[in-house]
Amino acid sequence: MPKDYSFEKRKYIIGGVAIAIIALYIVRIFTLQLLSDDYRQRADSNAFRKEVLFPARGQISDRNGFLMVYNEPSYNITVVMQDQHGIDTLDFCRTVGITREEYIARMADIKDSKKHPNYSRNTPQLFMSQIPAEEFSKIREKLFRFNGFSAEKRTVRCYAGPWAAHVLGDVGEVGQADIDSDSYYKSGDFIGKLGIERSYEKVLRGEKGKRIMLRDVHGRTKGHYQDGKYDVAPIAGRNLTLGIDIELQKLAERLLEGKLGAIVAIEPSSGEILCMASSPTYDPRKMVGRDRGKHHFELAADPMRPLLNRAIMGCYPPGSTFKPSQGLIGLQEGAIQPNTAFPCAHGFNYKGLHLGCHGHASPMPIIPALGTSCNAFFCWNLMRMFGNRSKYSTTQEAMTRWKDHLVSMGFGYKLGIDLPGEKRGMIPNADYYDKAYKGSWNALTVISISIGQGEVTATPLQIANLCATIANRGYYYIPHVVRSIQGEHIDTTYTRRHYTMVDQKWYSYIVAGMRKAVVSGTCVGANIPGYEVCGKTGTAQNRGADHSAFMGFAPMEKPRIAVAVYVENGGFGAHFGVPLGSLIMEQYLNGKLSAASERKAEEFQNKRINYGTRAR
Amino acid sequence: MRENSINPIFRIDIWVLLLYFVLLFCGWVSVCGASHDIGDVDFLSWQSRTGKQLVWIACSIGLGAVIMMIEDRYYEILADLFYWVMVVILFITPFIANDVKGSRSWIPLGPVSLQPAEFAKCATALALAKLINQYGFTLNKRQNLIRAAIIVLIPLVLIIMQKETGSALVYCSFSLMFYREGMPGCILFCAVAAVVYFVVGIGYSLTPLPGTTGDVGEFAVLNIIWIFVVAMVRIYLPRQPEHVRRLTVLGIAVNVLAWSVSAIFVPFDLSWAILGLNAFIAAYLGWMWAGQRLSQWFLIFIFSIGSIGFLYLSDFTLNSLLKDYQRTRICVLLGIEEDRDAAYNVNQSKIAIGSGGLMGKGFMNGTQTKLDYVPEQDTDFIFCTVGEEEGFVGATFVLLLFLALILRLLYLAEQQVTVFGRVFGYCVLSILLFHVFINIGMVTGLAPVIGIPLPFFSYGGSSLWGFTFLLFIFLRIDAGRKRR
Repeated sequence: MPKDYSFEKRKYIIGGVAIAIIALYIVRIFTLQLLSDDYRQRADSNAFRKEVLFPARGQISDRNGFLMVYNEPSYNITVVMQDQHGIDTLDFCRTVGITREEYIARMADIKDSKKHPNYSRNTPQLFMSQIPAEEFSKIREKLFRFNGFSAEKRTVRCYAGPWAAHVLGDVGEVGQADIDSDSYYKSGDFIGKLGIERSYEKVLRGEKGKRIMLRDVHGRTKGHYQDGKYDVAPIAGRNLTLGIDIELQKLAERLLEGKLGAIVAIEPSSGEILCMASSPTYDPRKMVGRDRGKHHFELAADPMRPLLNRAIMGCYPPGSTFKPSQGLIGLQEGAIQPNTAFPCAHGFNYKGLHLGCHGHASPMPIIPALGTSCNAFFCWNLMRMFGNRSKYSTTQEAMTRWKDHLVSMGFGYKLGIDLPGEKRGMIPNADYYDKAYKGSWNALTVISISIGQGEVTATPLQIANLCATIANRGYYYIPHVVRSIQGEHIDTTYTRRHYTMVDQKWYSYIVAGMRKAVVSGTCVGANIPGYEVCGKTGTAQNRGADHSAFMGFAPMEKPRIAVAVYVENGGFGAHFGVPLGSLIMEQYLNGKLSAASERKAEEFQNKRINYGTRAR
Repeated sequence: MRENSINPIFRIDIWVLLLYFVLLFCGWVSVCGASHDIGDVDFLSWQSRTGKQLVWIACSIGLGAVIMMIEDRYYEILADLFYWVMVVILFITPFIANDVKGSRSWIPLGPVSLQPAEFAKCATALALAKLINQYGFTLNKRQNLIRAAIIVLIPLVLIIMQKETGSALVYCSFSLMFYREGMPGCILFCAVAAVVYFVVGIGYSLTPLPGTTGDVGEFAVLNIIWIFVVAMVRIYLPRQPEHVRRLTVLGIAVNVLAWSVSAIFVPFDLSWAILGLNAFIAAYLGWMWAGQRLSQWFLIFIFSIGSIGFLYLSDFTLNSLLKDYQRTRICVLLGIEEDRDAAYNVNQSKIAIGSGGLMGKGFMNGTQTKLDYVPEQDTDFIFCTVGEEEGFVGATFVLLLFLALILRLLYLAEQQVTVFGRVFGYCVLSILLFHVFINIGMVTGLAPVIGIPLPFFSYGGSSLWGFTFLLFIFLRIDAGRKRR
């Protein structure tokens, strides 16, 4: 048969069509596979369900191992919409304790694609969260009856008792600001809001783990991606041991009941906070779970400001508790000698200025002056120092020197305690007075700073810290509440000694003065049998009734505790400060109170100061 | 014709055989990749689809060997018998077949079921080859064209009755062979034109044309008709250029004028103006034919009228003649309708391929296919697995394998000394090309979702055997040629 040549050329067209089609498809798969990563991401979001594995938050115990904060299981109820049908809605609502309207609203909310862009009928959706274990046990019995509903276990913060709320703080759901500033957090996560929960957030929270699960087209889980090669186990948060002694803390809070004020105790040899009480306080156990927001709002609205940690946020005039620092500065700067005595004629009188004092022998040197808390002595001391033109060319220079001393003792700036919200108090400097008095001022103008009045303010923590520097004879550690982080040493910030600008030798006179105050001076009531207690009262004048303050340490040699007590409007230092400080020291030194002291504690626990209803 | 002592297996075209084996291997690997379960799968177990596919492959190779043993002239002699037996089987299939996803095309045979439609292609190709092989047969004769058309149409109609529209469409691929054998090119052109009218007309039927009240689709198609007609006058009546000039100027004038009036004065549907233009041109063509009595004028006249008719019929076809799911698929493809299911399938298929990247995710690591996101992942959408697990490199390799096979078949077909051999060769490559064209187009979102398998890849015995029949009968005919 002859070949038909007439149409043979058409083979090129047919071949060309084949080549064109394959070329078109190669271009097509090129654009699909190589020009954009979009398809890969969509395939990943199809197939991977990234499950977050939440770590257990670190637990918190006191210095003796008493567990103060721990985790308890709480439950979330989830629902798979696809399986949820034919249930007795009324029975369900009664079981979980919601109304039918709430049920309908919640269901509509879950299905709302705007709020839940990843909503799927096949996967569990959160229906109710943070159901406490005891409440859930009732639900658990009946839950199996309701198709599609199931429970998942989470944890909730638990507190051993109503103590140390200000120190421990609490956790709450993260806000938008937290999410924006730290990519670790996702909506619905928890974060420390106050106290050490906040300052040690990164230690306590641990690290979230993740699990990449494969999800098939029906939303069912089909095992681990690559056999879990990319899964990460969560790292539990580290446990904290606090310097707090829970018995001491309990006592401090008892003693402050019905009063406004704070008690801070420091272990001078380490800077650890032994107790930190602020009154009024609140029950941290109310600050967990679904009602946290409500309780927080109530506390924030309270005129007595229970959320305020007065121990580090309250700036008070230190009053006479400030005098030891003045004595130290005077001795160091050579304004006085240990035997320099000043007269006191029921106060300080100079060029028509009178600053009152109570009646006592006169004249007297530094040790008895501290013992009787002589105002005149410390006024003269400041006058001498500020007026020393051979040492300082101007009052301003003397003032700057004075301020530097106080800053070295921990005043005027934040001490840097490991709690959020610390205030710095106020130590005026030369600039301040230059502005206030337009340059024309002298020692007499500012004389009240010498007795811890006037512009000077300090937090109870700073007062306690001053006490600790005296107990240590010249240095302090930055006070801190956390003693150790699960076997690890704490930051060296807290283990470095900070020396004051005063030589150690001058401290013995101040210690002797504070000892004299207890033995035969203003704070005789602070004496604890068997211990050499040193102390200093403070009665700080202010717009209302005087604040009652006290600082003290014991024993005199190798001190184990330095304490500061500040009771707003408590009158003389001896009224509240001394007995409260004494009880705290006794409790810590002996581990318990004597029967007589226990009665005294009860008496002070029941004392109330009427503050009126004015917001403070 | 003397018997040759050399076994025809030794004269087999080694390139085609090699490509066949490579494609079979790639196909089996892809079926493995598409197997549902995560974790350890026993590929060789008879229970798994991969194991079954291996059996089908083994049977295919055996079948190929048997085909090579049979004397090649029997294929020509028995072509008509094959064909009519196949027609009878196709006819009775709907009555004995089980309903599988709405189609009645699978005949159950014990543990397996076969799809006669896959084998009917081969029988039809043989019958066509024998018809065209007749002495003095030329497709330019209308009578011959009709006879050839009937051979194609009988199985096509029977397969449509089984509701296997995809398989039926494969018979369109014979037009490529007809074209090679002398079918006028204008018939192919008309077919292409029809597709263009359809895609443009339906695809843009909801897009408003700015400045008017009409839509883009109708306006554009009517202008395309005008351009086609002018071009045809230019090509078929090269000695009368004045008509081309006249009709071009007229068309531009009507377009500009109508659009200006609509945009500036009274907005109206521009299609009416262009329709009027086309009607005038049709009348012009008819008048020229009446004057000159040249058949070209008549044919162009018919094309013009037919095109306009087709445009307005296609809408009717879409809404009344096609089945609901087919209309949806077409509308989804043309982007005028959002059908969740159809769009979802194509979308997931594109995601699967697109997520493969350059090198792919690796064998058995495709998440889209493994987790059932891709529908029909081991049959019609098998190419997704290739794209996802082997990436651009693997997918391109597979496409080039197909291209190599088709071009090799083209070369071999042209080498045939008999018309029978050549026609059959063209049938094989046309069917192959059509399958690849539609299947890959479907999974990459370029063609509508028409359920036809990818040769040598898709899971299933019928398709594999069908292509083995086609390929090895041609190889046997080719081997027979070499002894002469």
